[in-house]
Amino acid sequence: MAKRVEAVDVTAYYGSFKAIDGITMTIEPKSVTAFIGPSGCGKSTFLRSINRMHEVIPGAKVQGKMMIDAEDIYDSHVDVTAVRRTIGMVFQRPNPFPTMSIYDNVVAGLRLNGVRKKSVLDDAAEKSLRGANIWDEVKDRLKRPGGGLSGGQQQRLCIARAIAVEPQVLLMDEPCSALDPISTLAIEDLIGQLKDRYTIIIVTHNMQQAARVSDRTAFFSIEKTGDPGRLIEFDDTTKIFQNPAEKKTEDYITGRFG
Amino acid sequence: MTESPTRSAADQPGADDRSASADKYGRQASTGFTLSGALRENEAHDHPSGPDLGGGGGGLPPRRRGFEPLFRFFTTGAGILVLVIIVAIAAFLITKAIPALSANKANFFTYEQWFPNDPSNPRFGIAALAYGTLLTAVIALILAVPVALGIALFLSHYAPRRIATGLGFVIDLLAAVPSVIFGLWGRDYLAGPIGDLSAWLHQYVGWLPLFGSGGPYGNSILLGSVVLAIMVLPITTALCRDVFVQTPTQNEEAALALGATRWEMIRTAVLPYGKPGVIAAVMLGLGRALGETIALAMTLGATFGVSVDIIHTGGNSIAANIANAFGEANETGRGALIASGLVLFAITLIVNVTARAIIYRRREFAGGTS
Repeated sequence: MAKRVEAVDVTAYYGSFKAIDGITMTIEPKSVTAFIGPSGCGKSTFLRSINRMHEVIPGAKVQGKMMIDAEDIYDSHVDVTAVRRTIGMVFQRPNPFPTMSIYDNVVAGLRLNGVRKKSVLDDAAEKSLRGANIWDEVKDRLKRPGGGLSGGQQQRLCIARAIAVEPQVLLMDEPCSALDPISTLAIEDLIGQLKDRYTIIIVTHNMQQAARVSDRTAFFSIEKTGDPGRLIEFDDTTKIFQNPAEKKTEDYITGRFG
Repeated sequence: MTESPTRSAADQPGADDRSASADKYGRQASTGFTLSGALRENEAHDHPSGPDLGGGGGGLPPRRRGFEPLFRFFTTGAGILVLVIIVAIAAFLITKAIPALSANKANFFTYEQWFPNDPSNPRFGIAALAYGTLLTAVIALILAVPVALGIALFLSHYAPRRIATGLGFVIDLLAAVPSVIFGLWGRDYLAGPIGDLSAWLHQYVGWLPLFGSGGPYGNSILLGSVVLAIMVLPITTALCRDVFVQTPTQNEEAALALGATRWEMIRTAVLPYGKPGVIAAVMLGLGRALGETIALAMTLGATFGVSVDIIHTGGNSIAANIANAFGEANETGRGALIASGLVLFAITLIVNVTARAIIYRRREFAGGTS
């Protein structure tokens, strides 16, 4: 069920401001790809253009092609909601629906798909919560509000919510930046397990994290503030961190800039 | 004055400037500063958090007095004043109502007619008035709330910003129209169309007891309710819009990222988040509808009687009856009207307590995340 993501000359704008310019890359199924780079380099923007969440912001638009297994999601006949159901997303800050219980949060996506049967929802809830390594912690309080969990638990709940609809691709926008080290470790372990089933793309500011969890790493950068972000180098994670081809990548990895 | 600036300030509210300066000068005299001290004092006012607060030679600056106790006195006084006013109103209503209630020859809660001015045999009851008050308010809300929610969601999530601003301004303008204008408009213009609507309703859904009357149509519960609905629309809309706009972006994006359409996103993220606010908005609208006086006095038929029919000429409410009947009321009549006001007071109190209970019960689920 994991699918290949293929970006062809993707350019994204906020109003008249060009945030990323001409990004072309292919992300293989059942792998973990990390996006790294300095702040403002457009890695989150590119991530959000993969499931068409970029255009949610007023004035934002995307040019180019984003192929999911050879189908362009920006084609005019494509249903945006179907794209987003196929490509799940986990955000920087844990964002469970505050008015919903843990259970209702997990099955929210299924309910949006019209699933009403309780047995189906129950099974999906347990499977997703187990998949997100949080079942044992919440199984006795599924009817309690999701907002009552710790930050790390909330983030795993959000991952459970994202995988409950069985997406092909899972996007994670700095999923650990609001979490403590122990919760971060739990999420990283989880990413290692999830890649058996999903294509995972993770934006991170933490280079150790990129080195720990990813198979491939893409380095984005900008010339200076106000310039659009560009893809500088995209290769196996070991190569990027040990023997990068580009001088800029090496400078960033070794902490000489950014 | 220099002996006890705090007390003199307390004795003379409004004299804060003078007492504060007295305190200032008193302190300066003790630290030995004169003109330069006053200048430093001014600097200190410009930079209240600065390290040099005009305290003089070294050490921590002395505690600044004067304004703090005065302000605390003012706020405490304002808080107590509210309690005093509420108690005074309740006491007034009860003491004025008791003689009339004891002179009443009919059951105050079940009797439908209103003859308190008969000197030998005063009879009056709240039944028809309370019924009309609740009925008009409830129908008004049934008509207004869906429209208010629709407008609020349009303004917060559908309309382009420029249109939302303009339309929001028009809605606020509607809230500023005095109720007597609504009353005039309702009676002299809206009564015709509502009469036609009444006839139409009777012809096609006349089997419903609500629309059972064959006429005459005119000033009716339906007319009063429609006017009330228009009057509660602005406040309900404005409050709902404010609540919806505050929905955290991360909740909306969570729904969108799951593949929600715009409406599904509103249903999943916006409406649950805004629910306590919507309840509060509806209850405020209900409060306005229950207490509305002059517009209903002009658009209801001012009859007494409990009927499920809402299109026949008639209808009355507590507040409208007070406005209509106060002028020609005698001592007992005024007492009777005040007693009805007490009932209105109790109804609005119950409505408010219920609303707060609903909001409180769901509070655990209403908090923000992380």
